Amino acid sequence: MNIHEYQAKELFKKYGVPTPRGHIAYTPDEAVKAAQELGGNIWVVKAQIHAGGRGLGGGVKLAKSTAEVKELASQILGMTLVTHQTGPEGKLVQKVYIEEGADIKAEYYLGMVLDRALEMPVMMASTEGGMEIEEVAHNSPEKIVKVAIDPTIGFQGFHGRELAFGLGLPKEEITSFIKFATALYKVYMDNDAEMIEINPLIKTGDGKFIALDAKMGFDNNALYRQNSISEMRDLSEEEATEIEAGNYGLSYIKLDGTVGCMVNGAGLAMGTMDTINYVGGTPANFLDVGGSASPETVAKGFEIILKDKNVKSIFVNIFGGIVRCDRVANGILEATKLTKVDVPVIVRLDGTNAAQAIEILNNAGISNIIAASDLEDGARKAVEAAAK
Amino acid sequence: MSILVNKDTKVIVQGFTGKEGSFHAEQCMAYGTKIVGGVTPGKGGTEHLGQPVFNTVSEAVKATNATVSMIFVPPAFVADAVMEAADAGITLAVIITEGAPVKDMMMAKHYAKKTNMMTIGPNCPGIITADECKIGIMPGFIFKKGNVGLISKSGTLTYESANQVCSEGFGITTAVGIGGDPIIGLSYKQLLPMFEADPETHAIVMIGEIGGDLEIQAAHFIKENIKKPVVAFIAGQTAPKGKRMGHAGAIISGGAGTAAEKMAALEAAGVTVVVSPADIGKAVAKVLKK
Repeated sequence: MNIHEYQAKELFKKYGVPTPRGHIAYTPDEAVKAAQELGGNIWVVKAQIHAGGRGLGGGVKLAKSTAEVKELASQILGMTLVTHQTGPEGKLVQKVYIEEGADIKAEYYLGMVLDRALEMPVMMASTEGGMEIEEVAHNSPEKIVKVAIDPTIGFQGFHGRELAFGLGLPKEEITSFIKFATALYKVYMDNDAEMIEINPLIKTGDGKFIALDAKMGFDNNALYRQNSISEMRDLSEEEATEIEAGNYGLSYIKLDGTVGCMVNGAGLAMGTMDTINYVGGTPANFLDVGGSASPETVAKGFEIILKDKNVKSIFVNIFGGIVRCDRVANGILEATKLTKVDVPVIVRLDGTNAAQAIEILNNAGISNIIAASDLEDGARKAVEAAAK
Repeated sequence: MSILVNKDTKVIVQGFTGKEGSFHAEQCMAYGTKIVGGVTPGKGGTEHLGQPVFNTVSEAVKATNATVSMIFVPPAFVADAVMEAADAGITLAVIITEGAPVKDMMMAKHYAKKTNMMTIGPNCPGIITADECKIGIMPGFIFKKGNVGLISKSGTLTYESANQVCSEGFGITTAVGIGGDPIIGLSYKQLLPMFEADPETHAIVMIGEIGGDLEIQAAHFIKENIKKPVVAFIAGQTAPKGKRMGHAGAIISGGAGTAAEKMAALEAAGVTVVVSPADIGKAVAKVLKK
């Protein structure tokens, strides 16, 4: 789960990670009020969406008067912001963050993420503030300093010194940097974060480190114990169909092809998409119906797949293990009664009681349900049906 | 022969009396697995499925000499259970539980390493040595005895490929479902040399997916150390970037962890990489008939 910049900064404040002062605004008038409350004579109006690259897309603007704050907030609120992370369809901006201007002397990058190979969190810093870290890693990896932190000892002074000296900070700034990094580590661990990015981290004219931007993602498996984080979830930032699927225990991701897929197990679901692609078709979605594949979940699966008007056929690919195929076959028949399915459905059932299952489907005599003998046969039939 | 587990392996079940634990323990026993007891705190001294129940893993190990634990406890308690098993001297914990927080698994695995306990999973179907021992939730009948070792991040793709291998007239020595979480126990790199050393295993199937770099590490390892033929499939060639594809670890982040880069690395290491999962069985038949 991801959160907005302003939410991440609120979290930072609780842990003593310095951020500029700011207020969230949903209307241009609220934006003006926020600017007046903050005082000063320079403000930043920042679009709040779950994607990076907002500045380049025109979602971050500097204002030198409250009139300008109002004008910029009016422009940004309601705009569809397109960045390299939103995809071409962009994201609707529903709120802006009004922040005090900052005195920037230097810009850095500071981030934390789980290193899956080391099985430890790593903190990364770079002098290339404002640049995409992936780009820096690709073009000039020597500009990134990285420390892995053994979670059983936590963030120590030496971790901080390695980063600070690695960035080439002068001696008198080391302590303040370490304090910042130590607090950031605590934010990461205490909240079951999976990613934090501060880009840029700035040093002000008077030598203070401040998180000018903040991006955070969390481990979904840990949300059950992170109520304050769960409350920050912004459903308007997520795909409506993906949320709906999730409510029924289905894992669904929309793609842009024509062959809908319903599969048990995430690996086989991806493998099914790959097979469709291999035989010359295009998958319309990823859908893992989970272990049980009951009539209700299968019906819901059909309903969600068919919301996508590009779908011309559906490939149901179930490898029955503990779930018996005859039950799944009955589930599919039941599901076609619960929801209207008006495209050809190609069904491949294998594993426990597969033979009975195919008989059940054939005996049902439903013209748009076509049995397939194996994975490739099913994929081919589904692709052919979609092309008709 | 086989790897890690066989007909003599003594297994306890943590979360023995729960719904999932009970159901699958019974299935494992029916397959022939030597389940010698289980642990459910507060139910010590009772019997379940004809086997003794203990309050702690330590008691269970002392009383039964079990070396392997199959773990079914709910995700919030899984790290505790894994560390308890490690502390009690279990040598292999098979963690079936889905949905364990990453931080918990990170801590649990650090402790397991300290006590030299191997782990498989979490969020995996478990391990099976055909006709001898099943520790997990896979349908046993698919795995006919043979000479192919199987390592997979995905449950149903394990069944799919085992089924294809058997349809081609071959069979399985041991199949290990390693799970698709960001932090997992035994992986390709640790399991490949075990299969290499197992005289009954003549070929190895490895199923990977997008996310992380375990398959790349495996490719480097295979190039240097593995002489037996390896057939690989990487799921998620058509997966979009930045989207989590069901498994917590199946995500292309920052452009890294794509199927294409993994397939290229494996091919460079001399592995037979199939583009379609429907071709796994055929590819195995081809390398074994050479």
